[in-house]
Amino acid sequence: MNLITLSAMRHELVLLGLILILLVGETLFAPAMRKRWSQWAIGLFTVHTAIGFLPLASSELFGGMFVTNDLTHFFKSVLNLGVLIVLLQTSNWVQSQYAEEKRGGEFYILLFSSLLGLFYMISAGELTMFYLGLELSTLPVAVLVAYDLQKRAANEGAIKLILSAALASGTALFGMSLIYAATGSLHFDGIQAALGSNALTILGTILFLAGLAFKISLVPFHFWTADVYEGAPIGIAAFLSVISKGSAAFVLTVLLFQVFASMSAITEPLLITLALTTMFIGNLFALRQKNIKRFLAFSSVAQAGFILLGMLDQSALGAATVVYFVAIYVFSNLAAFGVAQAISERYDAEDMSSYEGLYRTNPKLSLVMMLALFSLAGIPPVAGFFAKFFLFTAAASQGHYLLVFLAVVNVTISLYYYLLWVRAIFLRKNENALPHFNSSWSMRLGLILPVIGILVLGVYSPFFEYILELTAIFN
Amino acid sequence: MDILSLFVLVPVLSVFALFATRGLRQARTVALVGSLVQVGMAINLIFAYLRARRTNDAIMVFMKDYTWFESLNIHYQIGVDGISVALIALTAIVVLAGVFISWKMDDLPKEFFVSLIVLSTGVYGFFISLDLFTLFVFYEIAVIPMYLLIGIWGTGPREYSAMKLTLMLMGASAVLLVGILGIYMNSAGADGVLTFNILDIAQVAIPAEAQKLFFPLVFIGFAVLGALFPFHTWSPDGHASAPTAVSMLHAGVLMKLGGYGVFRVAMYLLPEGALHWDTFFIILAAFGVIYGAFAAIQQKDLKYINAYSSVSHLGMVLFALLMFNRTAWNGAILQSLSHGFMTALFFALIGMIYGRTHTRDITKLGGLLKVIPTISAVYVIAGMASLGLPGMSGFVAEMNIFVGAFMEEGLLHRITTITTIAAIVVTAVYILRVVGIMLMGPVKNDAFLNLDKITWYERIGVLLLLIPVVGIGVAPLWISDMILDSLTPFLHGFQ
Repeated sequence: MNLITLSAMRHELVLLGLILILLVGETLFAPAMRKRWSQWAIGLFTVHTAIGFLPLASSELFGGMFVTNDLTHFFKSVLNLGVLIVLLQTSNWVQSQYAEEKRGGEFYILLFSSLLGLFYMISAGELTMFYLGLELSTLPVAVLVAYDLQKRAANEGAIKLILSAALASGTALFGMSLIYAATGSLHFDGIQAALGSNALTILGTILFLAGLAFKISLVPFHFWTADVYEGAPIGIAAFLSVISKGSAAFVLTVLLFQVFASMSAITEPLLITLALTTMFIGNLFALRQKNIKRFLAFSSVAQAGFILLGMLDQSALGAATVVYFVAIYVFSNLAAFGVAQAISERYDAEDMSSYEGLYRTNPKLSLVMMLALFSLAGIPPVAGFFAKFFLFTAAASQGHYLLVFLAVVNVTISLYYYLLWVRAIFLRKNENALPHFNSSWSMRLGLILPVIGILVLGVYSPFFEYILELTAIFN
Repeated sequence: MDILSLFVLVPVLSVFALFATRGLRQARTVALVGSLVQVGMAINLIFAYLRARRTNDAIMVFMKDYTWFESLNIHYQIGVDGISVALIALTAIVVLAGVFISWKMDDLPKEFFVSLIVLSTGVYGFFISLDLFTLFVFYEIAVIPMYLLIGIWGTGPREYSAMKLTLMLMGASAVLLVGILGIYMNSAGADGVLTFNILDIAQVAIPAEAQKLFFPLVFIGFAVLGALFPFHTWSPDGHASAPTAVSMLHAGVLMKLGGYGVFRVAMYLLPEGALHWDTFFIILAAFGVIYGAFAAIQQKDLKYINAYSSVSHLGMVLFALLMFNRTAWNGAILQSLSHGFMTALFFALIGMIYGRTHTRDITKLGGLLKVIPTISAVYVIAGMASLGLPGMSGFVAEMNIFVGAFMEEGLLHRITTITTIAAIVVTAVYILRVVGIMLMGPVKNDAFLNLDKITWYERIGVLLLLIPVVGIGVAPLWISDMILDSLTPFLHGFQ
C-alpha cells in the first residue's frame, strides 16, 4: 500500500480538500471571501464534480473497509450533481441571508461534511466504516436544519432530527452488534458467508435495517420527516429528501442484495410490508398538505415506498431499477424544491394558496414545477414514468402482481395531490398572484439542470442500459 | 423518416413551433398548418395502404422497428392495418375540425393549441404502436393534457370535472399497467425472451390461467376510456365542462382508444381470457347501451345528452367486440368511426349554439331553426345519423353490429342483442325530443332573434365532419373492405 492506492478514495479526498480550503478560507481570508462565499463554494464544487466524472478503477482499501467499484463511483457522481444543483439553488439565499453574519462558510463546510459521510457510507465494506459514515452524514445536517437560529420551527426540527437519528443509529448499532455476535465478522463478506438463519441474526438484521429505514423515512420510521423538512431551509430539506435518502436507499439495496441475500425469506415479507405501509401512509398524508415543504416531505415518503418494490427482485435488473429510480428522483425532486426555493426566497410564500395563478405571472417557473410534479407522479414522457414502470417490472418479474396492483393504486392517489398543485398553479385565476420576477443566474442554472435530467434521462435509453451494466455485479 | 413516424413527428414539431408563437393569430396559424399537413398525410396513408395491400398480405404494413430499451426488449415498433388507418384518418379530420372550431380561442391560445396537439400526438402514437410499452406511453400522453384542457378552458365545475376525468382515466391506465406487465411476464416464446411486441405475443400461447387473470385488468383498463358502464361517470361531467374543441376530440377520438385497445390488446392477445369473461362484460356493455340511452332522455343540458348518448353508442362498440365474429367486429370499428365523426359534429354544433345563446338548457331554447337555420339543419342531420337513419354512417355500423350479434348462438346473446336493439328506439326518442324542443316551435327568447349567422371557419369545421358521416353512409363498402381484411388475424384465437 502506498499513497497511489489511496487514490481509490479520490471522491472523498477531493471533497475533504475542498472542506479544508473552505475552513482555511473562513479563518484566514474571511473578510475578502465573505462577499463571494457562494461563488467560491460553487466553483470549487464544480471542479470536484468534474473530477468525479473521471474514470476510477475498482479496488479495496484498508483490508476491505473501504470498497469502490464502478457502481459506487457512478452513484457518487449522481450525488455530486445533486449537491451541485442544491448549491446553485441556494446560493442566492446563503449570500443574502448569511454573508454579512460571517456564517456563509459554515453552511458549505457542514453540507460537504455530510456528503463526505454519505460517500463513506456508500463505499463501506464493513460495519464500523458504515457506522462512521452514517453518523458523519447525519450530524452536520442537524446543524443545517437549525441554520436559521431565530426560527422556532427550525430548532424544533433540528432537535427532532437529532433525537430520531440518535435512536435510529442506536438501533442500527444494536443490530450490528448482534450480527457481529452471531457471525464473528465485521466485514460484509464475512457476514455474508457466516450468516445463518437463527434468532440472533434475524433480530440483528431487522434492527440493522430498521436503523437504515429511519434515513429513508420508511413508515413507521418517518415521523421526523415532515416536521424537519418544514423547519429546515428548503435547500436542506432538498438535501435530506434527495441526497441523503437516495444514498440510504442505495446502501440498503447493496446490503439486501449482497450481505443479507441469504436472509431473503425474512427480508422479503418485511420489504413488502414496509413498501405497502410507506406508500399508503405517505400518500394519504400528502393528500391534505397545503405547505409545499410538508407536501414534498410526504410525497418523498411515498416515493420511498416505491423504491422498495425494485429491491424485491434481487438481480442486476432489480438493482438497476432502484439506482435508475433514485437517479431520476434526484432530478425530479430537486426541480420541485428549486421552484419552492425560488418563490420562498423572493416572497417568503410556502402555502398552496400563494401559488394560485402562478402560471399567468411566472410561466417558466410554473412549467418547471409541472414537469417536476409530472415526473414525480410518473407521467410519460418525462423520466419519472420510466423509473416507476421499471420498478414495477422488477416486482412483477418476481410474481408480486398484487403488490404491483396496490402500488399502481397508490400512483393514482399520488396523482391527485400532484394535480392539486398543478391546479393551483395553472387552473386557478388569481388577481393577487405572486408578481413576475426574474431569478438569479445560479437559480436558473439550478433549475435548468434538473429539467434537462427530467426530459432526457427517461427517453434516453442508454442511461438505463449503462446502469444495468454497472449492477451486473449483483448477478 | 418513414410514413408512420411522421404522424408523431409533425405534431411534435408543431408543438415546438407553437412555443415560439405570440398571440392567437400566430398560434392558430401554426396549429392549422400542422393539422392540415396531418390530414394530407392521413389521406395519403389511406391510398398508400390500399396500394400496399395489393401486394402485401402481412398482418401489418409499413412496419418499422427501432430498439429502445434493449435489456427489457422494449422497442419503438410501428405498423398499421386497415383498422388503425381508418382511425388515424378519423383523428386527423377531427383535429383539423377542432382547430377551426377554436378559431376564436382568446384565453392563453398558445397553451391551448399546445395541449390539443400534444393530445393528438398521443392518439396517433397509440394507433401506430405495435409494442405494448410504447402503446402505453402514448395512451398516457393522450390522456393527461385533458386535465389542463378542461381545467383551464372549461366551463362550469371545470376543476371538479377535470380532476374526476383524469383520476378515473389514469386509475384505469394504472390497472392496465398491471395487465400489460402480466402479459409481458408470460410472453416468453420458444427462445425464452420476454417481449412487449404485440405480433410476437399473439404467436405465444399464454397460459390459460394467466389469461383469465389479466384479461379483466386489460379490458377494464381500456374500456374505462370507452365509457364502459359503471366506469363511465367521468365522461358526462368531462364533456359538459370541456371547451368545444376538447369535447370534440375527446368524444370523437380519445374515447376510441378504449375500444381499439380492448380489441388490439385484450382480445387479440388474451382470447381465452375473453372467452372466459365474455358473459360478464357483455352484460355490462349491453346495460351501458340501455342505461346511456335512458339517461340521455332525462337530461336538459345539450352536452349531457350527447355525453350519455356516447355512453350508449360506445357501449355498442364494446358489445360488438365481444361477439366473436367478423361482421360484428366490422360493425364495432365502423361504429367507432361513425360515432367519432358524428359526435364531434354534435359537440361542434352545441358549441356554436352555446356561443350564441349562452345556454345549453334545451328548455330555454326554442325555434332555433328560424334564427340559425344552417346550424339547426346540420344538427338535424347529425341527429339522423345518431339514430341510425339509412344513408348515414350510423346505420351501416349498427346494421353490421346487430347482424353480427345475431350470428352468435345462445340465450344470453339473444337477450342482450334484442335489448340493445331496443335502445335504438330510445335513441330516436331523445334525438327527436331535442330536435322538437330546441329547433322547432316558436322562438322563446327575443334575444335569440338576432343571433349571428354561421361563420366561415365554423362552416369549414362542420363540413369536414359532415362529409365523412354521409360518405360512410352512402358508400360504406370500400372502408368496410379495408377493415374486414384486417380482422382475420383476430379470429384465430376464437376458433
